[in-house]
Amino acid sequence: MAERQPLLAIEGLTISLPTADGGRASAVRGVDLSIGEGEIVGLAGESGSGKTLSALAVLGLLPGGAKTGGMIHFAGRELSAADGRAQAELRGKDVAMVFQDPMTALHPMLSVGRQMTEHLVFHRKIGRAEADKIAIDMLERVRIPNPRAAMARFPHQFSGGMRQRIAIASALVTGPKLLIADEPTTALDVTVQAGILRLIEQLRRELKLSVLLITHDLGVMSALADRVYVMYAGRVVERGARAEVLARPRHPYTRGLLDALPHGSPSDHPLTALPGSPPAIGRFPAGCAFHPRCRFAEDICRADIPELRDVQPGRAIACPVDPLSAVPA
Amino acid sequence: MTYLRKSWYALPNLLRFVVRRLFVGALLCLGITFVSFALTQVVPGDPVSANLGDRAASDPEIVAAFRARYGLDQPIPQQYALYLERLVHGDLGESQQTHRPVTTDLSQYLPATIELASAAMILALVIGISLGVLAAIARDRWPDQIIRVISLAGVSVPTFWLALVTFYVFFFKLGIAPGVGRLNPGGKAPPSITNMFTIDALLAGQWATFGIALSHIVLPAAVLAIYTIGSITRFTRAAMLESLSQDYVRAARAKGLPTRTVILRHALRPALAAIVTVAGMAFGRMLSGTVLVESVFSWPGIGQYAYKSALALDLRAIMGVSLVVAVIYILVNMAVDLIYAFIDPRIRLG
Repeated sequence: MAERQPLLAIEGLTISLPTADGGRASAVRGVDLSIGEGEIVGLAGESGSGKTLSALAVLGLLPGGAKTGGMIHFAGRELSAADGRAQAELRGKDVAMVFQDPMTALHPMLSVGRQMTEHLVFHRKIGRAEADKIAIDMLERVRIPNPRAAMARFPHQFSGGMRQRIAIASALVTGPKLLIADEPTTALDVTVQAGILRLIEQLRRELKLSVLLITHDLGVMSALADRVYVMYAGRVVERGARAEVLARPRHPYTRGLLDALPHGSPSDHPLTALPGSPPAIGRFPAGCAFHPRCRFAEDICRADIPELRDVQPGRAIACPVDPLSAVPA
Repeated sequence: MTYLRKSWYALPNLLRFVVRRLFVGALLCLGITFVSFALTQVVPGDPVSANLGDRAASDPEIVAAFRARYGLDQPIPQQYALYLERLVHGDLGESQQTHRPVTTDLSQYLPATIELASAAMILALVIGISLGVLAAIARDRWPDQIIRVISLAGVSVPTFWLALVTFYVFFFKLGIAPGVGRLNPGGKAPPSITNMFTIDALLAGQWATFGIALSHIVLPAAVLAIYTIGSITRFTRAAMLESLSQDYVRAARAKGLPTRTVILRHALRPALAAIVTVAGMAFGRMLSGTVLVESVFSWPGIGQYAYKSALALDLRAIMGVSLVVAVIYILVNMAVDLIYAFIDPRIRLG
């Protein structure tokens, strides 16, 4: 896959969090990630895999006490991940974020209009009237009916799906280049999910937007992402084009996630749950963190942390055994 | 009937809310007249012996005249009915102590207390909310620790002790504070409008009098505010920690808004809704709990008036004070509900 000049490139990102007993625990352990212009990149993994923390690090919004290392390149700018102030420059202007639960991510006591325009007025130094006009246009674009009236209303007067549309509109109203969407459909009804996914796809096309889509739901991933990163215990274990990764997973963990997904008719694909549960931050097993749950684990898996290595052009896995290379689709 | 119901629901939410509260408030007032009347009846003690000297009390004629004058010779239900009837006409009866209408006494003493309590409330809100916000932002770091000690001290120190100590230190030792009372000795009160001297002085444009009245109110107000500062600080800290952890505050940060905006607009607003409730209760407590501060600073307020009336078993005065304090409680609670609705659109818009 021909690499375009990436809009965002994360290099060697590490994040450690303070623990209750005063120590520190590694939560993200050397993540490399890049997103091209207009590209949708999916970041998959279970809770505790470090996917949300990695995204928050780009925005400099990690919880207090978190320590970070590594570099973040954004549109030709170089930011040290450890320096939260540099990221503050990007926040809201170049990089915007949409959160999981639109019921709680919109302020319950501020009008939609206020929430749509306050950062616009601040970043662009424009007047209220002009900001209102831009905001109404954006609400129209995300298909909020009667956007002018919607500006005067409050979040509790909208349904969950509408709220998520408003949250997306509010994130994009300043014209950012990158949208980080953290589980944007998880809190919504299934019927509403598809509409939000279509909206993100449409906005990517219309606004030439790059999207980092964080989700544990590979179904959402397959609907939207161009490329996919799979994370486990603070490291990327597989990366590649979406069609490739989802159709022919090479890492046993990716395979396990896919096998646990219901698809097709029940008879041709028995559902298998991944044994065990993901390790908590601070309790990552030595070697390959996945080895206790992996049916292909060998001695080498227990000894060394496997590096992410290219196995095909644009395709990389962090598995020394690579047991699935010969498995047909 | 259906027409009435229909037009009732056609009213704006907020108006219905206010009308309903006023109705409930009126009922509460009636209940309070009954309770305060009943209490004065069951209190052991005889107003005759409390008000008349020994010799007068032993003269049956004087006693009978006293009883007749204050309606004490009537059966109890009639006394209550008579009281209510007069109340409707704005007549709270005559104080047995001052021999003036209770309304006259109240119009003199109540404004002094409201002025003192309001000044204390303003101090408590400004200082309490600021400290609470600071503590929440600096959670578990040294400013938080220091503020925690201050607020704990605030809610622990006995008010009368603090009043005596501050008066001793600031008046006798340092000589910064003016003496007791609402004005300097022999000072002329501003023209009577609200009977709150600071406000009347302002209205009359008497700047010097305003300055004197203000300097007299600072120390008692600060003493009265200490407890409330402590409780508002602790409450604000907790409410801020709660709202700072909300998704919408994280979302506000992600929008790149300046920290000040995130804290004051996004985090403080939901916290304020909770703080207003506490502040309302605190105001009521201040109004009825000023007696110790008023005594130390010779502040001629309703606390002192109530105290003296209670000692003299001055029933009309006691009932007048109870009623007025109750009405203020109800009004403050209504104001709290209204402010709450103003802050939170979910209540305003239903």
